[in-house]
Amino acid sequence: MPSGIKDKVVIAGMGCSKFGERWSAGPDDLMVEAFGEALADAGIERDRIEAAWLGVFFDEQSTGKSSLPMSMALRLPNVPTTRVENLCATGTEALRGAVYAVAAGACDIALAMGVEKLKDTGFGGLPERTKGTFEDLYLPSSTAPGAFAQLASAYAHAYGYSIDELKRAMAHVSWKSHENAVRNPKAHLRNRITIEQALEAPMIAYPLGVYDCCGVSDGAACAIVTTPEIARSLGKRDLVSVKALQLAPSNGVEMGHQSWDGTHTLTTPLAAQRAYREAGIRDPRAELDLIEVHDCFSITELVVMEDLGLSDLGRAPHDILDGRYDRDGAIPCQIDGGLKCFGHPIGASGLRMAYEIYLQLLGRAGERQLRGRGGRGPALGLTHNLGGIPNRNVASVSVLGLLAT
Amino acid sequence: MKESAAILACGIHVPRLRLSRARIAAETAWLSAPARPTPPGERAIGNWDEDALTMAVGAAREALAGRSATPPATLAFCTTTAPFADRDDAGLVAATLALPETTATQNNGGSLRAGTRALIGACAAAGKEATLVIASDQRLARIGSTQEFAYGDAAAALLVGKAGESAPLATVLATHARGSDFVDHYRMAGARFDYALEERWVRDESFLKIVPRTIGELLTAVAVNPADVRHLAAPLGAGLARRIAQVSGLANASVDERLQRACGDAGTAMPLLEILAALARAAPGEMLVAIGLGQGVDALLLRAEAGAPRAAAALERALERRREETSYLRYLSHRGLVEVDFGMRAERDQRTAHTVAYRKRAAVSAFVGGRCERCGTVQFPLARVCVNPQCRATDTQQPHRLADSTGRVKTFTEDWQAFAPRPPYVYGNVEFAEGGNLLMEFTDVESGELAVGDPVRFEFRIKDEDRARGFRRYFWKATRV
Repeated sequence: MPSGIKDKVVIAGMGCSKFGERWSAGPDDLMVEAFGEALADAGIERDRIEAAWLGVFFDEQSTGKSSLPMSMALRLPNVPTTRVENLCATGTEALRGAVYAVAAGACDIALAMGVEKLKDTGFGGLPERTKGTFEDLYLPSSTAPGAFAQLASAYAHAYGYSIDELKRAMAHVSWKSHENAVRNPKAHLRNRITIEQALEAPMIAYPLGVYDCCGVSDGAACAIVTTPEIARSLGKRDLVSVKALQLAPSNGVEMGHQSWDGTHTLTTPLAAQRAYREAGIRDPRAELDLIEVHDCFSITELVVMEDLGLSDLGRAPHDILDGRYDRDGAIPCQIDGGLKCFGHPIGASGLRMAYEIYLQLLGRAGERQLRGRGGRGPALGLTHNLGGIPNRNVASVSVLGLLAT
Repeated sequence: MKESAAILACGIHVPRLRLSRARIAAETAWLSAPARPTPPGERAIGNWDEDALTMAVGAAREALAGRSATPPATLAFCTTTAPFADRDDAGLVAATLALPETTATQNNGGSLRAGTRALIGACAAAGKEATLVIASDQRLARIGSTQEFAYGDAAAALLVGKAGESAPLATVLATHARGSDFVDHYRMAGARFDYALEERWVRDESFLKIVPRTIGELLTAVAVNPADVRHLAAPLGAGLARRIAQVSGLANASVDERLQRACGDAGTAMPLLEILAALARAAPGEMLVAIGLGQGVDALLLRAEAGAPRAAAALERALERRREETSYLRYLSHRGLVEVDFGMRAERDQRTAHTVAYRKRAAVSAFVGGRCERCGTVQFPLARVCVNPQCRATDTQQPHRLADSTGRVKTFTEDWQAFAPRPPYVYGNVEFAEGGNLLMEFTDVESGELAVGDPVRFEFRIKDEDRARGFRRYFWKATRV
């Protein structure tokens, strides 16, 4: 058994740009904004960075191919840089590269940057791209909401909910994230909504209404990672360490084999179990203080609660309506507003989630700071991304926690 | 005449959508004098993803159902509205049917007689080989024109082979043709619409002169008394058909009352559809005369056989399957007769990698997936490594055709964001009856109709169109049973 990466790498500093429709900012502006915050947080000069990973998913149209857009925008000192892309798990993938490099001893200090400039697309929603030379010949020209909406039709059918009942729980998911985002100055959507608004919203892809869909945003987020020893030498006292970083990509079963029932993601439970094992988590329901999951659509968050083992199969709607994942619930979910309201600049999202966990664990989350179990402050948080569509995707799960001194 | 040819099987595809002529009249009333009489009934109209080729596939599949062991040697695709001017449309139809690549394919057009011409040719060859004759048309008409009321979209397929074989629908007793450059209507190459000449002239000089003469020649050659002909199959309304019968001496011939009213004039397909309608009326042993019109006349003398009721069944199936189109504007949009703003998503580049399309032609055209010899798992597309997580064997898959399979809806959505010529864009996961799963588009379903668990079958339809380069792509879609 490999020893894993638990506690081998800590976060020296993080940064996150304001997310939103950043009409006056390009990807370089967004990266500089996030990077400046992270450098100041880490208390280092940029030349201390020995290697960097850039995550960009969709809009290489605006950002450019390769890792050069980052190396050039940040004027990095010609150190090795790499671009990674793994659908909506891209930001976490960038973090994985940097963390693995430090854990391997290949470098002492590494940067993980994620950025996406979506609002140069020209219309709402995500850019339209080919699905592949063969896929275009037979796959539907589906959209992201349409791909995820199918979870709802299958889930409702399998677990005996009417669509109206399920929509009620989905509306609560979105309502809760809007409530949380009001307290987050960097969030894209900071307005309150009512359950009724969510239920009566115009349809995007049945049964998803507009409030079941996350924001399409510009933004960047980054992390500077290093070893615990170097972090301490930088004068850090409380350290957030990486407890686990796991990926589980599809291998075609959901696309082609009848064993997948279409109600859940096949990959998230695999990534979660591996992450729990790597982090030494025995009972995630009792141990996790907060979670940031891939709520690209309300129904995704709902089924992911079950995929992560936090709700029993078929019970997530009840747990959600009971307030279990609300700000004052047992396991607060999307305390920063989530993809839903913080926004979803795809390449940045995984790092944005880590950013929120990092702030919460260090007690730096301001107005939205959680008190944690028994008021001791949160100690363990989880991030989850689901890149792609339910039929084929990359699930990533990371666990971040305070490093025991 | 030696009785060498027979109609062995038939298939009909009438699109589900029907546009009532009263609706056309209401929408175009401003164009005409008050109290213009409205033709009765409705016309069949293709969904946005149907054209002459997809309808031909629908009719051909029905005609060949259960005959995969004895494929026809020749496939003749007859239409004046072929999607391609230079591409073997008939070859593509043959590919969708998984016919051998050695099948002789013919593309026939140029006149509304194309269908009957191919039929006569198939009869001549029947002693040697079987021919699948498919006629299909989707003709455009100007808004408010007489043709807009009259035309309908449909396809018919007749399998013609040697007489005396298993339970044919009809035996062909004689064929005859007479050419004549009588320009009752025309459409120049590249033009969208027909130009039609005065109906009274066409009636008097063609229908009541050239047609009776040709019928007379047909019957005289085989010494058949016109009074013994019990049915006339003419691609015309019942009134005109009756006049022709009368002038031709077919005193005891019944004519069809139904197709013009329920489907409309389907161009090259119409004579074949009328043959099937006549067979549907005929008792075994009764004779019928069928004609095709278009710069001359084709005429056939047939005798209904014991299999004739199969024509009635096919006709019932095709005409019963219907849904009223409630929007005249949407119909115009489907035919490209008005320009609609479909949003920027419609601008997506649909360029085809033809190297891939060729490499994957069995998957895309014939809907052939794979079946693992090791574990039996069916999958689409066929892959080098089996998708069954318990198997994952390499190079164990045999081609497995899914086109004639059935499935059930596992998941679905109605997508209002995606570009769709007929919103919403409905798609989801379909599980095949024999196992295997595919994310695919649903067609001929309206919002609110689909449910998880619904049984589906598959139809070959237009997938999308590359407007920049003028290329239409097709694939299989699921439709509710």
